[in-house]
Amino acid sequence: MPRRSTNSSANDPSNAQSFSPNTGKGGIAFKAPTTKPNLLSQLFSTSPKSKYELRPANAVVKGATNSGNHHPTSISSASLSLPTISLSTATAGNPNMDEPPTTLFQPPSPEEARRQAKQNAQFGPIGHPSHRYSSQHPGGVFPVPIMDEPPYYYLLTTYISYLILIAFGHVRDFFGKRFREENYRHLKPRNGYGALNSDFDNFYVRRLKLRINDCFDRPVTGVPGRYITLIDRATDDHNKHFYFTGTTTDTLNLSSYNYLGFAQSEGPCADIAEESIRKYGITSPSTRAEVGTQDLHMEVEDLVAKFVGKEASMVFSMGFGTNANIFPALVSKGCLIISDELNHASIRFGARLSGASIGMFRHNDMKDLEVKLREAISQGQPRTHRPWKKILVVVEGLYSMEGSMCNLPGLIVLKRRYKFHLFVDEAHSIGAIGPKGRGVCDYFGIDTNEVDILMGTFTKSFGANGGYVAADKIMIDQLRAANSGVIYGESPAPAILAQISSALRIINGEIIPGQGEERLQRLAFNSRYLRLGLKRLGFIVYGHDDSPIIPVLLFNPAKMPAFSHEMLKRKISVVVVGYPATPLVSSRARFCVSAAHTKEDLDRVLTACDEIGNVLQLKFSTGVAGGALPLNEDATPPPEMEKEWRRKRDPVTPPRWRVEDVIRRGVQDVKGPLY
Amino acid sequence: MDIQETQRLLSEYLHELANLFHRVPGSAIFLRYVKSSYQNDPIRSAVELFLFLFAVRYLLAPKYSTKPGVVQLSEDEIDDLVDEWTPEPLVGKPTAIEDMEVEKRTVIVGPVGPKSKLANGRTVVNLGSYNFYNFNTNESLKEKAIQTLRNYGVGPCGPRGFYGTQDVHMKTEADVASFLGTASCIIYSQAFSTISSVIPAFSKRGDIIVADKGVNFAIRKGIQISRSMVRWYEHNDMEDLERVLAKITKEQAKKPLTRRFIITEGLFESYGDMVDLPKIIELKLKYKFRLILDESWSFGVLGRTGRGVTEHQNVDAAEVDMIVGSLAGPLVAGGGFCAGSEEIVHHQRISAAAYTFSAALPALLSTTASATINLLQNGPETILQLREHTKAMWAQLDPRSDWVYCTSAPENPIMILVLKPEVIAGKRLSIEDQHFLLQDVVDECLANGVLITRLKTLSDNFEPKQVVPPALKVCVTTGLTKKEIEKAGTTIRHAITKVVSKKK
Repeated sequence: MPRRSTNSSANDPSNAQSFSPNTGKGGIAFKAPTTKPNLLSQLFSTSPKSKYELRPANAVVKGATNSGNHHPTSISSASLSLPTISLSTATAGNPNMDEPPTTLFQPPSPEEARRQAKQNAQFGPIGHPSHRYSSQHPGGVFPVPIMDEPPYYYLLTTYISYLILIAFGHVRDFFGKRFREENYRHLKPRNGYGALNSDFDNFYVRRLKLRINDCFDRPVTGVPGRYITLIDRATDDHNKHFYFTGTTTDTLNLSSYNYLGFAQSEGPCADIAEESIRKYGITSPSTRAEVGTQDLHMEVEDLVAKFVGKEASMVFSMGFGTNANIFPALVSKGCLIISDELNHASIRFGARLSGASIGMFRHNDMKDLEVKLREAISQGQPRTHRPWKKILVVVEGLYSMEGSMCNLPGLIVLKRRYKFHLFVDEAHSIGAIGPKGRGVCDYFGIDTNEVDILMGTFTKSFGANGGYVAADKIMIDQLRAANSGVIYGESPAPAILAQISSALRIINGEIIPGQGEERLQRLAFNSRYLRLGLKRLGFIVYGHDDSPIIPVLLFNPAKMPAFSHEMLKRKISVVVVGYPATPLVSSRARFCVSAAHTKEDLDRVLTACDEIGNVLQLKFSTGVAGGALPLNEDATPPPEMEKEWRRKRDPVTPPRWRVEDVIRRGVQDVKGPLY
Repeated sequence: MDIQETQRLLSEYLHELANLFHRVPGSAIFLRYVKSSYQNDPIRSAVELFLFLFAVRYLLAPKYSTKPGVVQLSEDEIDDLVDEWTPEPLVGKPTAIEDMEVEKRTVIVGPVGPKSKLANGRTVVNLGSYNFYNFNTNESLKEKAIQTLRNYGVGPCGPRGFYGTQDVHMKTEADVASFLGTASCIIYSQAFSTISSVIPAFSKRGDIIVADKGVNFAIRKGIQISRSMVRWYEHNDMEDLERVLAKITKEQAKKPLTRRFIITEGLFESYGDMVDLPKIIELKLKYKFRLILDESWSFGVLGRTGRGVTEHQNVDAAEVDMIVGSLAGPLVAGGGFCAGSEEIVHHQRISAAAYTFSAALPALLSTTASATINLLQNGPETILQLREHTKAMWAQLDPRSDWVYCTSAPENPIMILVLKPEVIAGKRLSIEDQHFLLQDVVDECLANGVLITRLKTLSDNFEPKQVVPPALKVCVTTGLTKKEIEKAGTTIRHAITKVVSKKK
């Protein structure tokens, strides 16, 4: 297998010319690419403690000295402080600063500098006005994301790895059960009590997950913003118990669902939340149906309904609970739920409670859904053949493990023909997708009236907690009386509602106009930038281009902890997931991009991935999913022929770009199609 | 070409064929087998040949569906059926009660306190919220919450497994565990979703659950989703419980040992009465069942320091396998918890759906829970005061009313008032009539400046159906003086008399 770049042209200086910026739209972030690696390597060599103070400062310096045109709506400068203040902050500990101060302002007090650094650690200032993009479906058929496959060698070794793990597990169990009986006590019936866990069910947890337990449940403190502070821990008994070492590590956060960067302890959202605690108290101690409804709840429900484009909405205090409780109110015995096979556990939980029959279709496969629909409608209910009372198709807007979006245009076509009801769970997509951040309908430019029920959560993009359901007013009124979440579930707390309403009003431009737009566009840019970069480096990446969830495929189980540890060494926190959350072979690492990240942050991730990818042999993409070398501008075909032309371009060369080239070309290429 | 020539050629071909066949590895064995079997048993050869032919026929036969009762339809017929099919609307027409629920919803403007302002501008005495200790307007708690907000932001932006476990969560878990006296504790982000995930995390298909008939909705959902075998015993009837346990033990004596659970509540949500915990512990130990106790309404209320029914009835909390409770309500935080042994808590961290697949509890609610637990622990007089107030309210309602009686335990600050059986019989009131009647009482109270609610329930699709008697719900709070409580009690009593006596 080719490890290192097979991409000769990338190293060829004559070809490198074609990479150099044709200073077109948007401007180029890096006028002098040669300084970039130095800058990066220096940043990596700085001490971890001071890092987050340095990085954002650098970004601002670049913005101030290179372009001098700070974007008027830039979050860092507009609402908080002058750019020169940040400039001087950087001088505090940055050895790289050789420019003389270009301002007459006094350097800020240490407190001011600390506050600024804290703010930047939660939400990085935009590096350059060109680092924006508006995510929208370009029209035409919605492409099914290409699932690239690694060479068979990796699949084979993955299976062998699992075989070895399982064999070792059984051997250890065999001896353990004989010589270390006390460790197995909870798996055996004892004193007349049945075993609490079955031996078989527990095998995976005991023998496979335990080995990599230090990659999960990592405790954190502080705001899960652009950086996240991990509480360091260590183990003496092979991950069974952990103890704290008393130190913390600040890491770049690519693990939280903080898409729009609203996880902040300062700024307008936190101010409004604080005000609401002072005014309303901490909570509304009752259920919504009894006396737990306050003016705040009504206000947020109105805002949410307007935001998603429905007549009315309800809010709940837990996203999981929203799904778990809504289905029994919608469907019952004699109804059919057809659910995407990768739908979230909460949907399955709710669907099981509803008493309706449950069918599944292959992930995002509209053909399969149509087959299932035709069968269901023509055959009716099993045995009795009575027609189904109603059919509810349940999909998610954005799938959290795959990074793929639902094919909403396809679903709407089917809905018109087959008259089913459509439920879209926008837990991840609301706020994160679409030019106005209003979810998949916004992204595809589809009227929200086409979807019967829109559900979503506030946990992700809005940095709050809880969930909502939005639909026509008649439906919501009826659901208010028939939904167990309303009748028994605790009412959302005022501070959380305040966070939701302020975040929504920032996104729709009501408060601090321009900031919401900046967040949305930076998220869209960041998502595409990192995705393109990873593809070009040669990683197999799943999902759609505009999705802020970027799964990088690892395959071999041992690469999960290795990737996680290597990333942690480079002070980046990522989520690794394997079986049973994914199919057995396709273990993956998942990056969740945020608007709070700057391009420099993502470059740091790309550089880290590049190094780790080489060591762990992760660059095995074939190039079918994109990332190949761009051809000359003249060779670009007209858009309608593009697909045809691309298919013909045989054979596909596996992309193995050098990380410097990826970073240099990223900003300008990100705005075109990514493959 | 004559016949001899043909014969010769034929035999040559046959010979060649035989040679070819002999060259195939294993052919000699096959031939020997055929020869010997034929010589010894021609019938056997015939049967074998038949089997061989049948196998060939079977493999070549066209495929057919193994699903029973599938009607074969042509594409056109399916298209017709699709055109014909008209589904029901997603949400049906609301019933009269549902209409009333929406129409009569109370909306509070501003903070929830002992006296709250309603959307219509009136300020009323609030006996509807679970704000028993009036912690909601406590300034020091507010300051603490704001401090947390300024350190952690609002949401944790992730599930507990993926960087959502904050130090404050671990602290709250430790606080609850040490408060209750259990080895360990796990917190969930909504109280209502807690027990419906705890039950299926342990009890699976084939396991046995024995539950009280009067358990709350969340427990019923948990039992439903667990798909376990469930037996019900009469509400709070310990003799019936023993009968059920004995019967199960006898039935299951020959079968392999499975997990067995008793599920009940500390203070019942629908009735307000209290469990007889020492007796249940005795039975559970005798019949070797595990006990899941829902303390959602008793945690923070019962006992000297509010530890719940274990403290109130002098039971060691470690005797109860799982104590499930709520941090919302009187503790004015949010979320629920399950306390038990380390093993039990650890298992939930991997397999309880509402824990693994849900975002973590916001930090400011977590720290609030820790703070209120601390307040309760250090101020038993608040709880005493609540009990005094409850007594005062009780005295105004239960013994003095001709129309309703209180099913709650005397210690329960949530007073559940149901119509007396003779009233229901005398006026021939259906369940629905009672709901409307009690709503009128609620409206009448509100008109007189006291906010109370009806007990809101939902019927579900889980058999056997549970019918909770319609009731009024009055929540006592220490935010009011004893005088005010008594006055409000009188108002409620008069409202009941006025509305119910008028009803024909």
